[in-house]
Amino acid sequence: MSPVGDRPISFETHPDRYRHWKLELDDYVARLTMDVRENEPLDEGYELKLNSYDLGVDIELADAVRRLRFEHPEIRVIVISSAKDRVFCAGANIKMLGSSTHGFKVNFCKFTNETRLAIEDASRSSGQHWICAATGTTAGGGYELALACDEILLIDDGSSAVSLPEVPLLGVLPGTGGLTRLVDKRLVRRDRADVFCTVAEGIKGKRALQWGLVDGIATKSKFEGLVKDRCDAALAQPAIEGRVDPGVALPALEPTVEDDSIAYRHVTVAIDRAGRKATLTIAGPDDDYPKTADEILEAGSDLWHLRAVRELDDALLRLRFSEPEVGLVLVKTTGDPGAVVRADHALHAANSWFSREVLLLVAEVLRRYDCTAKSFFALIEPGSAFAGTLVELALGADRAYALDDPDDAPSIRLSSLNAGALPMTHGLNRIQVRHLKHPEKAAELAAAAAMSRLPGDMGTSAAAEVQFDPESAEEAGIVTIAADEIDYEDEVRLAIEERVSLSPDALTGMEANLRFPGAETMETKIFGRLSAWQNWIFQRPNAVGERGALTVYGEPQRPSFQWSRT
Amino acid sequence: MSSVDLNARIPNNVDLKTDKKLQRALEKWLPCYQSWWGEVGPELAADKEVYLRTAVAVDKDGWAHFDYVKMPEYRWGILLADAVPDRKIGFGDHYGEPAWQEIPGEYRNMLRRIIVTQADTEPASVEQQRLLARTAPSLYDMRNLFQVNVEEGRHLWAMVYLLHGYFGRDGREEAEELLERRSGNADKPRILGAFNAPISDWVSFFMFTMFTDRDGKYQLLSLAESGFDPLSRTCRFMLTEEAHHMFVGETGVRRMVKRTCEVMKEFPDADPREHGAIDLATLQKYVNFWYSISLDLFGGEVSSNAADYFASGIKGRYREERQEDHLALEGCYVVPQLRDGKMVDVEVPLRNAMNEILRDSYVDDNQRGVDQWNKTLTQEGIDFKIELPHRRFNRQIGIYSDAEFDPKGNPLDAATWASRKDEWLPNEKDREYIDSLMKRVVEPGKIASWIAPPIRGINGNDFDFEYVRL
Repeated sequence: MSPVGDRPISFETHPDRYRHWKLELDDYVARLTMDVRENEPLDEGYELKLNSYDLGVDIELADAVRRLRFEHPEIRVIVISSAKDRVFCAGANIKMLGSSTHGFKVNFCKFTNETRLAIEDASRSSGQHWICAATGTTAGGGYELALACDEILLIDDGSSAVSLPEVPLLGVLPGTGGLTRLVDKRLVRRDRADVFCTVAEGIKGKRALQWGLVDGIATKSKFEGLVKDRCDAALAQPAIEGRVDPGVALPALEPTVEDDSIAYRHVTVAIDRAGRKATLTIAGPDDDYPKTADEILEAGSDLWHLRAVRELDDALLRLRFSEPEVGLVLVKTTGDPGAVVRADHALHAANSWFSREVLLLVAEVLRRYDCTAKSFFALIEPGSAFAGTLVELALGADRAYALDDPDDAPSIRLSSLNAGALPMTHGLNRIQVRHLKHPEKAAELAAAAAMSRLPGDMGTSAAAEVQFDPESAEEAGIVTIAADEIDYEDEVRLAIEERVSLSPDALTGMEANLRFPGAETMETKIFGRLSAWQNWIFQRPNAVGERGALTVYGEPQRPSFQWSRT
Repeated sequence: MSSVDLNARIPNNVDLKTDKKLQRALEKWLPCYQSWWGEVGPELAADKEVYLRTAVAVDKDGWAHFDYVKMPEYRWGILLADAVPDRKIGFGDHYGEPAWQEIPGEYRNMLRRIIVTQADTEPASVEQQRLLARTAPSLYDMRNLFQVNVEEGRHLWAMVYLLHGYFGRDGREEAEELLERRSGNADKPRILGAFNAPISDWVSFFMFTMFTDRDGKYQLLSLAESGFDPLSRTCRFMLTEEAHHMFVGETGVRRMVKRTCEVMKEFPDADPREHGAIDLATLQKYVNFWYSISLDLFGGEVSSNAADYFASGIKGRYREERQEDHLALEGCYVVPQLRDGKMVDVEVPLRNAMNEILRDSYVDDNQRGVDQWNKTLTQEGIDFKIELPHRRFNRQIGIYSDAEFDPKGNPLDAATWASRKDEWLPNEKDREYIDSLMKRVVEPGKIASWIAPPIRGINGNDFDFEYVRL
């Protein structure tokens, strides 16, 4: 059996091809039904029993979440449920986790976390209310999926329970946001959460309701009635204006994948495995970017922003899962910086359901970029288009190098989208993060960026542009090092060589700590606290040693622990 | 030997009066139990005197005391087999350590789950059988039914004692829920699927007591090995009562077989159905059905739960002391599995195969009962053998549940199964015919057309003894 994580994975799918889910639409309500095919895991060596999931199952879920937002804007309630008898979902497949490489496990958990956060973003920002209708065992990752929904309804049949059995059963954590959402989102009392998280069989019925683990319970004969009532209540809430059928279809990206390159329409990735690095290049929009909301909607999936971030998203996932040894990504852009700014302003001004949805996706993909465990160096060179949306890639990178060529200096520009439309996981925008010590400077830049989209009569168009050359960009906190044409090449080469020589583990930890200064949110706690502890536990003998709990789960032996606590 | 306090409100041999907290808890549960019995206990029996056996002590002489009792006044009590001095845990990771008199915290939830699952079957079977008195084939059988019922009730008491005595608030809540779930109720079903279908005819009742109660026997045998001593002692005493249930089933089927043989000999050219007997082919189908669904109750062939239970010292093997290796860490167990249409032997670590190992003992034990039936057939000179179907046949749980198999265990495609299953399992017409036979016969000494009287009655009495005073 090959350890899970060795094969190239495609993140593209479509409801017509779902193997584990069924998506049905009825006016404003979608039903997303989990019916995992036991014998069709992504890799061999395990069976997906009891609606347990692997990456293949979650890729379909992530696809459904995204398509519901773009392709079915009219949908206002999503009921997620199970087609299996007496089980909603048993969580991530333990055998799969047990046979996975560490890196795959971490990336799998990260991806599933991002999917659940996308559900919450759809609820918060797209007016799509998620109801989990749990008609049976809702265990581990199954309950964590439920926790991502706005409401959890549990059948009251005397046996169906919600549970987080990871600690008592597997010696690991409910790492897909379970612990965090319990106390930070559902505000379950922490002492009760402590009890709940150590009872392997979980808590059912009235007590689950009383402790706030679920929002409603009903007996079998009344359950569908309860689900319908909750759907009706959600539908009675005011809808977001303009979200009507038809939406925007998302066709497959179908990149050209070669051994050492991936090429999309706007994004290319060149992989240098020997050098443990890759170069990711994004081309900015042409000057024919649509001007009005109607034209933007008409462009649909071909809209530069939408297409480019979907490509970036896919490229990031491929780098994460398929190129574990590529530790450094050099980020480049090409095109006309002015065109990016104009496109940003058109998108921002459109203020339609579609333009907002595109912006949300841009923000989501940029967060995936922030949370990718690889070093990112932005290289700002002549001919590049680090402007507006694409500046975020430089601001999100660990370092940005700019070539200050007096004859042909790259121009770095802000658009109104840099002023807060693309928040990071902790709610701050990337300009704020650069100026935590001088918030007034961040405010000034943001204000200027916001102003830049106002029409000319508020000031001359030239004055409204927020534009930097490499040197002033260094001052403005966008560029780490601006080097002239004599120094630049060597400076960058040395930085790259040094970076790829450092411990990849230490770099991952260092970057995760330095990238998110400032505030904390539930999301940062999931990635920064829960995932970090989980990844530590995943490496410990008490989980994965010869007699570790995860290793021996399902085996004849019981775990044997090393009792010293750190 | 511990003495039984018979005068207490709750008869017991666990010195309940010295544990006021537990006594109060159980006395509070008592009226709930009584009202449950009144609501879903056996029909037509509330005010009738029934010749019942009541345990008055746990030794050989004491547990079989016979007298007329009105069922709601039956002395349900808490009776544990006598403690074995210095008992040691006989298997698993704690092998050789002293047996636990209190629950080890790390196994509390596991034990609770096992006890609740076992306990749930006790009231469930009372509920399943509640209408059978309407169609009893004789007073003798009606009495046996009631005896089974009160003992299932007592077994519930035994389990509730453990829940109340050792599991605190959680245990009390579980005990309450045992009275709230109802067999066949869609909203509050019993835990195991097999206990949610009503037993509406006596053929099914005999099959249930033969096959399904025998599953109970083997579960109790494996729990009697438990490192948790109170559970072990409880199960050991329950086993003495469970034996009667299997007696009812085994002799019930045997008497049906005998009756059919008599009719076949008297009317060799006729269909036994014409003379109110049950043809052997139909009996075979009922055997096929009840045996196969009872096999399911042992759980999956390859089970991590079973491995956990064994490793923890909670649930052992049948007669663990006869085993040589009590750790069961070495060695494998071969479980044939269907791969690409062929049966392939797959080796499973011994501990993970504990369900299957227990199922083996169960299969053998059933065969001994079936041999008795076939002995009757031979004695009567009828050329027919009742056979247990293969354990892969008609399974809903475990590795054989995904495919279809014939009664010999050969894999079948779905179409063949669909077209042939009526040959192997009771079909609509068979059930209609059995239902048509179900008429009440309650005159002492009389019996229905489809079953022979027993060779002897209860406690040395004759068949025509007035076992129930109607």
